[in-house]
Amino acid sequence: MAVVRSPMPPDLAVQVAGLGKKYRIGALQDRSRMLVEVLSEATLWPVRAARSLLGRQRTRSELTTSIIWALRDVSFEVERGEVMGIIGPNGAGKSTLLKVLTRITHPDEGYARIRGRVGSLLEVGTGFHAELTGRENIYLNGAILGMHRHEIDRKFDEIVAFSGVERFIDTPVKRYSSGMYLRLAFSVAAHLETDILLVDEVLAVGDAEFQKKCLGKMSRVAHEGRTVLFVGHNMAAVQHLCQSAIWLERGRVRQHGPVEDVIRAYLSALDAESPDTRFPLMNPQYGVGFADCRVHLVGGSNGEARTLRVELGVLAEQDTPRIGIGLGLITETGAVVTTLDAKITNFIFDMQKGVNRFVLEVPEIERYLAAGEYMVQVWLTLPELTRLIELDRAGLILLHGRDMFGTGRVPEVHRHGPLILPLEVRRAERAAH
Amino acid sequence: MTRFSLRTLRTKNSSAERVLLIEPVHGWVPLNLREMWAYRELLYFLIWRDIKVRYKQTLLGAAWAIIQPLFTMVIFSIFFGGLAKIPSDDIPYPIFSYTGLLPWTFFATALTNASRSLVRDANLLKRVYFPRLVIPLAGVVGALPDFFLAFLILLGMMVYYGLYPTAISLLWLFPLLLLGMLAALGIGLWLSALYVRYRDVGYIVPFLIQSWMYLTPVAYPSSLLDEPWRTLYGLNPMAGVVEGFRWALLHKGQAPGPMTAVSALTTILLLISGLYFFRRMEHIFADVV
Repeated sequence: MAVVRSPMPPDLAVQVAGLGKKYRIGALQDRSRMLVEVLSEATLWPVRAARSLLGRQRTRSELTTSIIWALRDVSFEVERGEVMGIIGPNGAGKSTLLKVLTRITHPDEGYARIRGRVGSLLEVGTGFHAELTGRENIYLNGAILGMHRHEIDRKFDEIVAFSGVERFIDTPVKRYSSGMYLRLAFSVAAHLETDILLVDEVLAVGDAEFQKKCLGKMSRVAHEGRTVLFVGHNMAAVQHLCQSAIWLERGRVRQHGPVEDVIRAYLSALDAESPDTRFPLMNPQYGVGFADCRVHLVGGSNGEARTLRVELGVLAEQDTPRIGIGLGLITETGAVVTTLDAKITNFIFDMQKGVNRFVLEVPEIERYLAAGEYMVQVWLTLPELTRLIELDRAGLILLHGRDMFGTGRVPEVHRHGPLILPLEVRRAERAAH
Repeated sequence: MTRFSLRTLRTKNSSAERVLLIEPVHGWVPLNLREMWAYRELLYFLIWRDIKVRYKQTLLGAAWAIIQPLFTMVIFSIFFGGLAKIPSDDIPYPIFSYTGLLPWTFFATALTNASRSLVRDANLLKRVYFPRLVIPLAGVVGALPDFFLAFLILLGMMVYYGLYPTAISLLWLFPLLLLGMLAALGIGLWLSALYVRYRDVGYIVPFLIQSWMYLTPVAYPSSLLDEPWRTLYGLNPMAGVVEGFRWALLHKGQAPGPMTAVSALTTILLLISGLYFFRRMEHIFADVV
């Protein structure tokens, strides 16, 4: 099937048109099978074939397999030097898209055109071998990522310095701590010189310090004029790194445009439906659980700090005395911002049979926290703090932060940490008088 | 400042302007051997990794490569040569069987490596693009060091039995070794691709190799067969390789002839079909493995 396509415009780095990728769930494609099964099926083939010819009945394999389109009708273009974010909920097809663009897997329809050398950081440490030393793994991993030997030779010192494992470079990596291992792995990947870089944010792993280094490296790459496609889960990072973004949902492009617009639309859609929606969510032993939970940010009409409001329905199968309600916040990277347990707050209530309604509020939360994305968690406890049930992902909020110091800059969670404290610095002599 | 030089390198590089088209694949796919060539460094590093890891991990390391054919030779000599009195083309039975075991063990190791290679390196398949052919190929080539180690024993046996090759016969070793490698690769390509999809291939391979050895003139000479059966015997590609090896190393026994030619033809067929089959299956590897 020859499709006539116009030549790729010279200012484009990536052009994707009508891209689709399907997976079969159930039989044929998604898992390896035993040859025996296939042979036994094959012996029945004439029977099935005859039946389907005569009666136009569907064959068994058609019946037992259902097709899932991990990507469908995906079209977009990325200009040279553009840094584009790819966002969307889990299972939206983000990783599949990167896999197709890196040729790990093939599309089933449509096409993609890519100009220049492509490098991908989908997972660090691919091909690392525990028995080999750090030095040996740098060469092996570099070759796997598509670097030439002379290229690795030239960058070797830089890679080692960035990873900070100089002293152990001739030690087998099986003796490394997991942090060292990841740092070395990331360093190799980060020194790929390609025209187009495909990055999955999940690779920015390790301790907070190193994560910062990774994101810093990424933003330097982005500002070097290279084309980058960045799959992000951390909206603050996406906003920081990217100029444009596409929002994927169930394998389709829901929105494509300037990064602020797409993120705003994405988050307001997230707001509308909390990520945890399997309500009611019960602790069967105690007969207590959540009937529903909605997380919002309210207020802030004139650029004032907004308030976090959680509307919570607690469902009790019978009257249950003394149930604690707790609220927590974590950052996108999983760092705990706060854990407000009933033990310190003493928010303990007697539940009546049926749905008990509560409103949890943190007034002007935006005053206290840096710009970025935070996950709200809610849980129910016994008074002695045994957790009965929790909503780990009650709702995602994006805070804009505030310009506390009047410098025109807003602290961001992934660079400055989650808290904004009202720091003051003055000369000691003046304070002494 | 290094960054500047890199930037210029990049713009000079003509590949920067090459447009890569990604689209669905249907049916048979061209082999694209040029791309394989572009990835030769990866091939080199994968072979290097396999060898390095193998000799680092095993306690006996290099010794293991020798023990295996050596012990088999001793057992064959006692039972087949000594008790069963199997003819050996007037060559002392121990060196007769060892010259057969040498290429056979190489073939068996290469085939096992290649067959398991894709499943073993599944994490690479799922995460990085490169021509997948590199993986089984590295498995086959990675069996060579063991072969050379096992060769050392042979040198000792040659001195002991006073049997030596001639310069001409020795030259035959290279095409024969290549033939053995290509046979292992050809079948390895079939099996490795099947293994991704059908896990019972993992059980089939050891059984296949074991049966195959008895179908190959390792413990007995092909001269037991009369023509035209002996020539037909060449349909087993390893028949030609093993007999050829023996002759090349000892300058005794059956010189390469019509049987070797048939073996070479079979090997080429296996290789070409294996390559195309592999390429055809390639696009599902990352999704299925």
